[in-house]
Order: sequence, then structure tokens, then C-alpha cells
Amino acid sequence: MSYFKPINKHPNLEKNKLGLTRRDYEGGVSTLCAGCGHDSISACIIEACFRLNIEAYKVAKLSGIGCSSKAPAYFLNASHGFNSVHGRMPSIATGANCANEDLLYLGVSGDGDSASIGIGQFIHAIRRQVNMVYFVENNGTYGLTKGQFSATNDLESKNKYGEDNLFPPIDLTSMAIQMGASYVARSFSGDRDQLVPLIMGAIQHKGFALLDIISPCVTFNNHDSSTKSYDYIRNHNEAMGKTDFVPLGEEIKTNYDDGSSVEVKLHDGSRLSLEKIDHNFDPTDAGKSLELIREKDKEGKIITGLLYVDNKCKPLTEIMDLPDKPLNTLEQDELCPGSEILEEINKGLS
Amino acid sequence: MENPVKVDPINSLNDFVIKFANVNGTGSASANQMFAKSIFRMGIPISPKNIFPSNIQGLPTWFEVRVNNKGYLGSRGGVDIAVAMNPQTYTQDVEEISEGGYLLYDSTWKRNFNRDDITVIEIPLTQLCVDSFTNAKQRALFKNIAYVGALSPLLEIEYEVLEKLISEQFVSKPALIEPNIKALNIGRDYVLKNLPYPLGINVKREDKLKDKILVSGNDACGLGAVYGGATFCSWYPITPSTSVAEGFEKYASKYRVDPQTGKNNYISVQAEDELAAVGMAIGANWNGARGFTATSGPGISLMSEFLGLAYFAEVPLVIFNIQRGGPSTGMPTRTQQSDILSCAYASHGDTKHVLLFPEDPQECFEFSAEAFNLAERLQTPVFVISDLDIGMNDWVTDKFDWDDEQKYDRGKVLKAEDLDKMDNFGRYLDVDDDGICYRTYPGTHPEKGAFFTRGTSHDEYARYTENGDINEQTLTRLVKKFRTASELVPDPIINLSEKQGSSGVIFYGSTSAAMYEAKDILNENNIEVDLMRIRSFPFNLDVWEFIENHDLIYVIEQNRDSQMRTLIMAEGGISAEKLRSLVWFNGDPIQAKFIAKKIYERESQQALIT
Repeated sequence: MSYFKPINKHPNLEKNKLGLTRRDYEGGVSTLCAGCGHDSISACIIEACFRLNIEAYKVAKLSGIGCSSKAPAYFLNASHGFNSVHGRMPSIATGANCANEDLLYLGVSGDGDSASIGIGQFIHAIRRQVNMVYFVENNGTYGLTKGQFSATNDLESKNKYGEDNLFPPIDLTSMAIQMGASYVARSFSGDRDQLVPLIMGAIQHKGFALLDIISPCVTFNNHDSSTKSYDYIRNHNEAMGKTDFVPLGEEIKTNYDDGSSVEVKLHDGSRLSLEKIDHNFDPTDAGKSLELIREKDKEGKIITGLLYVDNKCKPLTEIMDLPDKPLNTLEQDELCPGSEILEEINKGLS
Repeated sequence: MENPVKVDPINSLNDFVIKFANVNGTGSASANQMFAKSIFRMGIPISPKNIFPSNIQGLPTWFEVRVNNKGYLGSRGGVDIAVAMNPQTYTQDVEEISEGGYLLYDSTWKRNFNRDDITVIEIPLTQLCVDSFTNAKQRALFKNIAYVGALSPLLEIEYEVLEKLISEQFVSKPALIEPNIKALNIGRDYVLKNLPYPLGINVKREDKLKDKILVSGNDACGLGAVYGGATFCSWYPITPSTSVAEGFEKYASKYRVDPQTGKNNYISVQAEDELAAVGMAIGANWNGARGFTATSGPGISLMSEFLGLAYFAEVPLVIFNIQRGGPSTGMPTRTQQSDILSCAYASHGDTKHVLLFPEDPQECFEFSAEAFNLAERLQTPVFVISDLDIGMNDWVTDKFDWDDEQKYDRGKVLKAEDLDKMDNFGRYLDVDDDGICYRTYPGTHPEKGAFFTRGTSHDEYARYTENGDINEQTLTRLVKKFRTASELVPDPIINLSEKQGSSGVIFYGSTSAAMYEAKDILNENNIEVDLMRIRSFPFNLDVWEFIENHDLIYVIEQNRDSQMRTLIMAEGGISAEKLRSLVWFNGDPIQAKFIAKKIYERESQQALIT
């Protein structure tokens, strides 16, 4: 069921440049389990949109099927949402994006949705460079159907019933980098300080942005022998270092040692400032990014942070040479060639 | 002409069937099309049919042209002249020729065909081309043009018409005009010097086709989509529908480019599969752009889950289904009308969809454009159901017509100013009591009009609900909407005979051409029938009235299971005895003789001799 929160606004709540408070970015009451990582992600999306002064009605929230795909109902009430069919959100996003590229597209998916049933659409949306933020709320399990393994579950992990996972995991970040995703980050639902700037960067990025967010399932995959539990992730998370989002025109206030940070310029002129854990790492080099992910995986670490970015990519609508005016605003006189031209066409066919 | 003919050769003016037997991938298609178009240019009705394999090179392929001055455009059956260019199929091709018919073959390698009842025309086409061209590719390719040249004196095709067609065809590659004309002359000169001409079968200018064009149904669908305002096309390659998307791209790239910026006011995306193709089209429509996808039967199966979503979430969508032979992969290059039920009820749960059945390319154009109005008015998927016969063959059809005064019907869409005046927006509130609710595009209004589109059960405000009563109300409203649809879709075309108490005939789509001819055959044999051509589903009152007024109705269709009959029975509770099924499903276009024979036998209780 959908439940809506009463709107009681505290007069002293912080306001952004649009005069809106965080409450204005909220959604319906979550029906996910208490402690679900997905709710933390929704909160981070709200925070990112608040800080970026996003007009919620210019956002389209899209999802497939699964616990993660319910989440768009729990943030940005003023946005249109589309909860589609299992694994097929990328195609809805592609069509919607072509019809009106002026909106911000937030696609919310899960590991079942993206790594199994919808892996084809996921890959092809990346390949086409659909301009969107694609969240994978990755918990390694099928929650809504009560705890089956998903394709991102680690080989050594067990399910709630003590059964072994027999097949190796699909790493969505490596796959996305190889397929040409132009902004790829991995994060953890429990690391708000890291996640919020990564979401802000993804929103400002033009092109396909993947956020693979490990988001523990408190009910089915948070036990001791799971590699997607809160404890396991906290013990094995190797964050890339601090990530700061720097809006256009603002000074970088972070204070890193010389040579230990890297700046990534985003399409609107804002920047991401990343603290480097490794002096050799360059997030604009896909080969290095893949190497880092592989190395850390071998060490048993889960590397999180901005893994790869290509800020020169062309999104789908540019590749296809679409007009600046969205297709959905074109009127009949711009669309219909009319009877005179039809007569010409008739002549050519006679 | 060597064989002594034991039967009188066929004599016929502007009324015959000629069949070209070729090897696919050898360049025969354009030569054969040129032949057909030359007769069309002489104002004589033709119906060309491609009979081709699901293959790129090396397998047999045929091109059959029925020339008929009465304007019967259905497949006739039988062959009067065979142009046999494929030794692999000589046996079959020669066997098919009617008594008194003609065979033209490449006599570079002589054969004896053991038919003393036909006229054999020997032309050493390969030898002639080897002698005249040095390039190996040209030698092979120009054999085809050479036989068209030979047919010019044999059938009295106006030579200037052929020359003009060549210069038109190669207008952008003028270097190719000269060798093509040379090839044409090689065949023609050989006949003039060595053979008696014309044959007993020949053509003569009639100028009957002033307001007609020659075009395929798929080209017409693509053009209709451009005129209908489609800006978004997503598709996955599948025979025989691919040329719908190609037609759209062809016309859009010419007539839909912004003159100022040079940017495309349309997009065509080749999707990774049919699921994505339909998903993208739904996404575009959800966002207020007119979007469509084109597919064939297997694609409909793959799209079914999404079709249920579009039905239940009430998102407009246009789907072209160019039917082919099923089930499964079936006969991808043959024709059938066997997806009627799979489209009418596509997807799980209680679903029903709007279907349009064009009978020829002119109607493909008209219905294609209209489908976008219906889809947006009704906020539901609308299928344009054509088939391989209409879609991939050229048809003599009425000129396309467009009324500049007629405005697109964008349906019930609320703008920001509408929302400002409203206190209570509910996406699924049936405000007008016609089952159709008001929708908003994303990004319309800062505070009002947002809603959550979902395939889960929802209330009038688009909120998820598991309340059974509310879900029942939604499903019941969708039935009401379907009734509204029946008032908006194209009416059936009814043609009653003079005679009271005649039996009825129901048919649709590509069966029409054969049915019109069958009616004339029946009339000549003193059988009257009342015709109803169904053009859409849901059926409206005219359809039910016609059925009510007849005791016996033949339902003629090109599938095994009488799917239209089943649909009529299911939707109207019509008794099985009343509707007599008459089916043809061998993958070739249905023939008038077959229909006439079956109806005659049943009506007169005796056999029909034609």
C-alpha cells in the first residue's frame, strides 16, 4: 500500500536556494523492512537533490521490480515515477530520455533486476550512453521472494538457510566500465558521507552514471556468513578516500596532502574532488580502474568511491542528433509534412 | 521455339500470370520489379508477389506478377509464362506452367523439358552477356536485365517505358545507365533477330491507373507514422516487419529534419531485442512523444509482458504487427493472419487490445497515422495488423491522401494551466464517465499532477493498493474504456447484395483482394453474398448487427484455427453453427478460386467448375 506522510513543516528547517527544505524532497512512507539499506539510499538521494537545488518535478524516477524498485515511491513526491516490469527499466528510461532530455532520470534497480533478468537491457543502456543516474541497490539477494541468491552474491557467501552459493558473482562496476559507462562508482548504503557526493556528481554528470551501492538486506542477507552484511562490508570496505562535491563557482575547501587528490570536472562546471588512496590511480583511465577493482577483489577488499569517469562522452541524444527542443514538445506543424509533399511522394510512386 | 506445340498456345491480352524463377542474391529482384513497374506504367493493373526463402544467397526465389485488366489484385494461382533462370528448380517451374503456356529459359545450356503442350522460348542469356560484358559481376547481373529486354518484344511492353525506368532508377549513379540499357538491348535484339514475336500473351496500354500508386504496405506504414506525428521508433530486425522501420527512417530523414538546425525531429533506435523495443516505445509515449515499434509474431510473444503493463498503466503505444507464418519461427518469409488472438488478448491477466486491420497499402498509411490518435485518445496499445503479403509486396493502391485541416488528437492531457485550476487530480479518476482518465506528462507542474505509473494494482490516485474492490473497479473501468474504443475505431465496410436472405461473408486484411474477386465469380454463378470487411477490434454495433441479420456467415481467414471467428464468438456470444470457418494457411496469399469454390459448394450443394 502507498502511505503518505502528513506535511508538517518546521519553520526553522534549513532551506536551499529554491526555498525548499529536505522535507519537500521526501516521498511516501517506506514499506521496506526497518534498517533496510535501501531507505538509507533514498535519504541520500533526498539530500543530494536538496543540496543541488533540484526541481523535483523535473525529475523522472524509474524502476523495475523488486524491493529496490519500490524505493522511488519513498523519495521526491513531486516527481513522476514509473515502476515498470522486472529488469526492463533501462528501456523505459531510454525511450523517456529520447522524448524529453530536459528531465533528470533517476533509475533505481537492484541486483536481481540488473544482474539477472535485466542484464541485457542494463548493458545496452550503458552502451547507448543514456543520460541517467542508474542506482543498483545491491544486496546480493532476492528479498521480495524471501532470500534466494542473486547473481552478485559472492562465491563463499551463504544464504540465510545456510546453503552455499555455487556460482561466482557478476561485478557490475567492472562490467559497466567495459561497456562504456562514463561515471562508475561503488558505495555502501551505510556511508552517507561518501554516497551523497557521489550521487551529486552522478546527477551533474552527462551520460550513463552507475552507482553500485551495497545495501544490506536486514531480513535475508545480514547474517554472519553473508558477504553483503553490514558487518562484513564495514570490515572489508576500502574507501577510495574522501569524496567532495564542489558546486560551480565555489572554492575547494578540502585539505589533502599535495598530490593526494584528484579533481574531476563535471559537465555543468562543478567538480568532484577525490582523495587518492593510491598515487598512481587515475579515475579517467578505464584500464587502471579495472585493475584496481580486480586487485582489491583479490585482497578480499571491496573498493568503494568513484572508480571511473569519462567527462567527454556523448550521450545518446547527441549521438542521434536530436534537437535542443524535446521531441515531446514538437507540434503538428513541425511533425506533419502535409498534403503538398504527400502529392510529391505519390508522384514518386506512380 | 523448337518443340512442336500440341495444344493451342494461350492467347490473352492484359490478363495472365508470369513467374520468374531465380536464385536469390543474384540481382534478379530489381530487374523483376522493373518488369512489373513497366506494366503498371502502361496503366494495366498488376499484383507482384515475392516468394522468397529465409536466406541471403543461393536458394531458389520466385517473383510472380499477375497482370489483370479487371483490377483483381489477389493471387490467381497457375502460371502462364515462366521465366526459368534457376536450373535447381526447372522441374517444378516447368511443371507449373498451364497447358498452352510459355517457358523462357537460358539456353546457353540446352534442355529438353518433355512438355509438348507449351511453347519453349530459348535465349542463350549467359552466352550473350559473356560476349558483351567483360566484368564477371556484370555478366551475371545483366542476364536479368537482358531477359526483361527480351520480354519487351515478346509481350509488347513499350520499350521507352523500360528505358525511362532505368534512367529513373540510376538517377544518382548515371554511369550505370548505359550498361543497363545495353543489357536491355541484348535481350531485345536477340528476340527481334531470332524469334517470332509477339507471343499470344501480350500487353497493351490501358491507362487505367491515373489515381493509383505502386507501393508496399510496409513503406506505407512507415510514411503513415511520419504523417501521424511519430517522433520515436524502436525496433528489432525481424522479417517481414523490418521495412516498416526502414520506411519510417527513409521518409523521416527526408521530411523531418529541422530546416534551420539540420537536427532530426525524430529518432529511430535499433533495440537489442523486442522487449527493449517495446519498452522504449512505452517510455517515449509515457513522456508524451508519439512512439511506435514494428514487429512480427515472435516479437509479439516477446513483448507481451510490456503490453500488459501499457494496458493496465494506460500508456499509449502503437505496434505494427506484420504477420508471417507461425507458430514458433514458422515460415518467416510466408504470409498468414495467425496472430489475431495473440494480439487481441496479448499478455497475462484480463487484457484486451485495440486492433486495426488495413487491407492494402493505402489503408496501411491511413490506419498508421490514425493509430497514434487512437492510442493517445484511449491511452492504450493500438495494433496495426498487416501481414507479409501486404507489407512486403508492391500493390496498386489509391493515392495517399491527407487533409491538412485535420488535427492530431493528443487525448486527455492536462497542461500546467489546467492543473492550476484543479484541486483534485487523480490519474485514474473517470471524470468524464467514458473510462478514459486524464494524464500528465512528467515535468509539467512544480506542485501538481505528479503520479506514479505502475503495473501493480492501483487506486484512482495511482497509489498502490491491495484492496480487491478497488482493483475490480479499475478492471471494470477498462472494459468501459474498451466500449468507448469501439465507437472510435474504423467501421466495418458492409456491402449487401440485392437478394434478401443471402449468406454473409466476413473477411479482413489481405484476404480482401481475393474476396472481391471471389464475389464476382460467385455472382457469375448466380450466388449472392453479403460482405462485411472487418477493419478493427473492438467490434462495434454495425458488426453485431450484420451478424444478427444473417443466419449463415462464412468467416474467411488465413490461419488454421479461425481466429477471427473465435474472437467474434468469444466477444459476442455468437453460436458456432452460425459462423462457418473457411481457412487457408499454406503461407501463400489466399486465392479467389478457393474462396469461390468453397462458398459455391456449400451454397448450391454442388461442385463449382471454373
